[in-house]
Amino acid sequence: MTDYLLLLVGTVLVNNFVLVKFLGLCPFMGVSSKTETAIGMSFATTFVMTLASLLSYIVNSYVLAPLGLEYLTTMTFILVIAVVVQFTEMVVHKTSANLYRLLGIFLPLITTNCAVLGVALLNLYEQHNFFESIIYGFGAAVGFSLVLIMFSAMREKLANADVPTPFKGSAIAMITAGLMSLAFMGFTGLVKF
Amino acid sequence: MSTLIAILVVGVIATLFGALLGFASVQFKVIGDPLAEQLDALLPQTQCGQCGYPGCKPYAEAVANGEAINKCAPGGEDTIKKIADLMGVEVQPLDGNHETDNSPKVAFIIEEDCIGCTKCIQACPVDAIIGTTKQMHTIIADECTGCDLCVAPCPVDCIEMIPVATTTQNWQWDLNSIPVTQID
Amino acid sequence: MESVIERIQRGNFWQFHGGIHPPEQKFLTCTKPIASAQIPEQLIIPIRQHIGQAGDLIVKVGDKVLKGQELSASDTPMSLPIHAPTSGTITAIKSMAIPHPSGLSETCVILTPDGEDTWKQRHICPDFQLLSKAKILEKIANAGISGMGGAGFPTQVKVSTLAKIDYLIINAAECEPYITADDLLIQEHSPTILDGIKIVDHLLNPKNILIGIEDNKTKAIDALKKATADIDHIQVCVIPTKYPSGGEKQLIQILTGQEVPSGVLPSSLGIVMQNVATCFAIADAVINDTPLIKRVVTVSGQALEKPQNVWALIGTPVGFLTSQCGYNNSKNRHLIMGGPMMGFSLPHDQIPVIKSTNCILAPSEIEIASPFSSTSSKEVECIRCGQCADVCPAQLLPQELQWSAKAKDQPQLSKLNLFDCIECGACAYVCPSQIPLVHYYRVAKAEIRQQKLLDIKAEKAKVRFEARKQRLEREKIARAEKHKKAAEARKARMNAGTTAAKSEKSAVADALARVKAKKAQASINANTTDSSTESTAENAMAKNTAENTAEAVTQVDQIDESKSQVANAIARAKAKKLAQKNQAQIDSLDTLQDNESTSSLTSSQAAPVVIDKKAKIAAAIAKAKAKKRQAEPVSNSANTQADHIQASVIEANNVEATTEILKPEVHAKETAIDEKAHQAKDITSSGKINNSAEASENKQQSKPQPASQNDTLNLDRKAKIAAAVAKAKAKKLAEKSQQGSDATSSTIESNQASELTSQANIAANTVANKKARVAAAIAKAKAKKLAASSDKSSTSE
Repeated sequence: MTDYLLLLVGTVLVNNFVLVKFLGLCPFMGVSSKTETAIGMSFATTFVMTLASLLSYIVNSYVLAPLGLEYLTTMTFILVIAVVVQFTEMVVHKTSANLYRLLGIFLPLITTNCAVLGVALLNLYEQHNFFESIIYGFGAAVGFSLVLIMFSAMREKLANADVPTPFKGSAIAMITAGLMSLAFMGFTGLVKF
Repeated sequence: MSTLIAILVVGVIATLFGALLGFASVQFKVIGDPLAEQLDALLPQTQCGQCGYPGCKPYAEAVANGEAINKCAPGGEDTIKKIADLMGVEVQPLDGNHETDNSPKVAFIIEEDCIGCTKCIQACPVDAIIGTTKQMHTIIADECTGCDLCVAPCPVDCIEMIPVATTTQNWQWDLNSIPVTQID
Repeated sequence: MESVIERIQRGNFWQFHGGIHPPEQKFLTCTKPIASAQIPEQLIIPIRQHIGQAGDLIVKVGDKVLKGQELSASDTPMSLPIHAPTSGTITAIKSMAIPHPSGLSETCVILTPDGEDTWKQRHICPDFQLLSKAKILEKIANAGISGMGGAGFPTQVKVSTLAKIDYLIINAAECEPYITADDLLIQEHSPTILDGIKIVDHLLNPKNILIGIEDNKTKAIDALKKATADIDHIQVCVIPTKYPSGGEKQLIQILTGQEVPSGVLPSSLGIVMQNVATCFAIADAVINDTPLIKRVVTVSGQALEKPQNVWALIGTPVGFLTSQCGYNNSKNRHLIMGGPMMGFSLPHDQIPVIKSTNCILAPSEIEIASPFSSTSSKEVECIRCGQCADVCPAQLLPQELQWSAKAKDQPQLSKLNLFDCIECGACAYVCPSQIPLVHYYRVAKAEIRQQKLLDIKAEKAKVRFEARKQRLEREKIARAEKHKKAAEARKARMNAGTTAAKSEKSAVADALARVKAKKAQASINANTTDSSTESTAENAMAKNTAENTAEAVTQVDQIDESKSQVANAIARAKAKKLAQKNQAQIDSLDTLQDNESTSSLTSSQAAPVVIDKKAKIAAAIAKAKAKKRQAEPVSNSANTQADHIQASVIEANNVEATTEILKPEVHAKETAIDEKAHQAKDITSSGKINNSAEASENKQQSKPQPASQNDTLNLDRKAKIAAAVAKAKAKKLAEKSQQGSDATSSTIESNQASELTSQANIAANTVANKKARVAAAIAKAKAKKLAASSDKSSTSE
């Protein structure tokens, strides 16, 4: 049990996908201008990541591995992710048309979010079991959501602040992201050597 | 042989997933578009037709279907900004063709000149003109949206648009003209 | 837990968040007695001096008024009357700059005092206990008392609350650094103030009365303590000096420990607050029957030689008060109304003192730099020190509010509770970057309010637009339905024939049938005559006539008598127009013959002239027309076939006759009508075919003419005017058509147009009626338009 908890905390904070592993930077910069959008994106990504890591584990260990088709993992994982994303898109469109529009192109682009494929492949690489895979996927998504929402809150404040003209817009956002990344590096102190 | 199996496996997985998605698309079918309603709520409802549509609702529907967001002259930059926010698109400057002075105005009938032709009554989108044939007409200032539509049909040019007077009820603080008072 | 009263008795108060201690400047004025009121040369009394609506003015320019006389009457609780502060004459009622930060103008009554200061009849009531509560409230309302601390909320609304009141708080805190008006008022008039407090006590019956006063007013505290010593439930609460402890919510928090929630009135917490000056005014109004016509104003500032408190009449220009106190700073004028923290700069010194004016500040340049001068401090960037949040008495986040206000982020501003800001100015006072924070908030508040109004308006417009769309749809359906029914009815009638012409409706059908018959005849005529131009003209004419008649018919059907007469007149005029059109198209007129015809026309129309003045007018118009028509052919070189014009003229008259028939009065005599109609038809045909029928035609023509004149007599003025308008229109059309056929006469046309104008003028002069003038104006406008178009066509040709 402790292992699972450690894995979760480790993925969320210490090995944060965005700020430490630098995965999923595209939506991190793209949909963080408004907190409302960021929250929506977080939920969608969490859903996709958890489901994708679960499905990819099943597909890998019950279909590909028995048949000796491990060389097809990347391809099948992409297939799995694409399906999950498509499914999510439909659900979001149905439940919240407003969020659907706000997320815009970034919703289908979850397919190409490297964090999602990264989770699936890292699960394989780290030889996680079924539960570990789910927790790893979920933890990665929570980490992503955490930094995305925090970042968007900061950006909202920055939007009204008197930023020097050369730093206005993306520049100050990048600097903020960099500082956040530095701050997250502090979490490495959680790991006992 | 193994290649064949691989193709088969991937094919089966793809077919399964395809079926799942097909089922989902039927299950989660979206009926209607609430977007037009939301857009309509943002528009100023002057019903002026300057956007090229016969009223605010049709324009809202058109915007929901991809029409340019910068055609609402009475709403001005503020409305465009709000629409852009809602649609998640970039703010555009007001369409040049429609660029007008969008300070609030109200129509006024010069009653001495009115011949009672009812043409303006027919033109008014919000029924803010009262009067009847051969009787003088007048405008209910509170209901007038300042859309300009009654000006053109008037045969004797007795309608003019007058700016809404600034009173203590509706005046805006102006930082440039209002001095700061502070003691040291 | 100890009760609020116990705590207060121990001198242990609560605290509100934040607050500041600006340098005290009360010593300038607090030791001098209140100077008595002087009467300026002119009083400017704004009709709205409080929050709410203005009362209705009941005086007019030139009226002599007595001191204390009502100048406006109020009908709702939120509107208050104003009173004459002294006796004198109302010299003007106009828009003047009012004491408002915008410097905008509102209606003011200008009173020139006569210097005698004569009171109106007053009824002094030494014991208010004898009066009923309703009577006291009425007295307070009629005295025009509004809160005198600054906001100006109508007092009788406040003291007539039905809620159970635990605490009546008398606000004597007066926390603004310069103001001593309440301080001096307490020092000099504490018995009267106590009377006022007793009256409010009587009205509200609170459990406790707390007088909140800051500890820097020692004399006033002594006076109050002495006055209230023998009353148990009045507590004089000496609170520590801190700005803005005089704010309503802040004082409530200090004294009772309760925080007034956002958007809630204190009365719902069982608390009512009154200013000491308001209490004084209440006592004056109830006991002495003196309306609120004067108040204590602190005139202070280092630019004055003798700063002091003065009794000022409401409406006294600020300049009069400052000159009374030795203000002599002509080159760098800077006057502030209200205190230095919450006041606003005045655009000039002719702004009047109103009910809520407690201070006029004339600071020297070192004291408070004029915002217009170069020495005033400039705003720099926010350094995020957070001092503003520390001092905010409403516990808001001024810095956040500032960012959002600058970015015009209205949802965010609402989220940050902008509307709880009391605009005390503490944040701006402590700001090291000299950011005028309160001004940003004021701008934002005004914008949000404006936006809300716009939203409401948009919603209303949307509803109306939708309603209109529905109405149009309904009407469209109804019209289609009606058309269908009418068509069916017509079909049925056609089958039945024209025999059933007994009722009014059948008469209409008859008329329709006749028109049809005529049309047929016209086409036959056209066939028989060789001239093709004539035939087309006839055709067109017949068609138009039919249309006209049909129009008249429908109108007779639908509208009441008077209106149908108007319609008839229009129809007649249209027929005439047709006649002229016809004439124009043929374009071959004999001067002589025409003269003859005109004279005959004139004589026939002039016959009934004697009958009535009104008829005369009509005749005059007709004459003028005839003359004009005469002028046309003279200029035209054509000289053939007079019979055509003759015929057409007659025909016009015939059409008139037929239209006449349609009148409801005439409907009764059906046989006569039929006869007339037949006659008319005969005339039409004979006029067309026979040239020599002139004499008889004229005779017959004169028959319907007097009838029509008599009818005209029956018509009311309006109908006649309408007829005149219609005629003018007809003329214009005729000319237009003539122009179409005769390009050379375009210049003449313009002359005619001017002639038309003069004709219209004649009509306007004879019928001395407003509406007639309107009609004339229309005719004029149309004539002008015609002239323009004829000019255009002549150039094009």
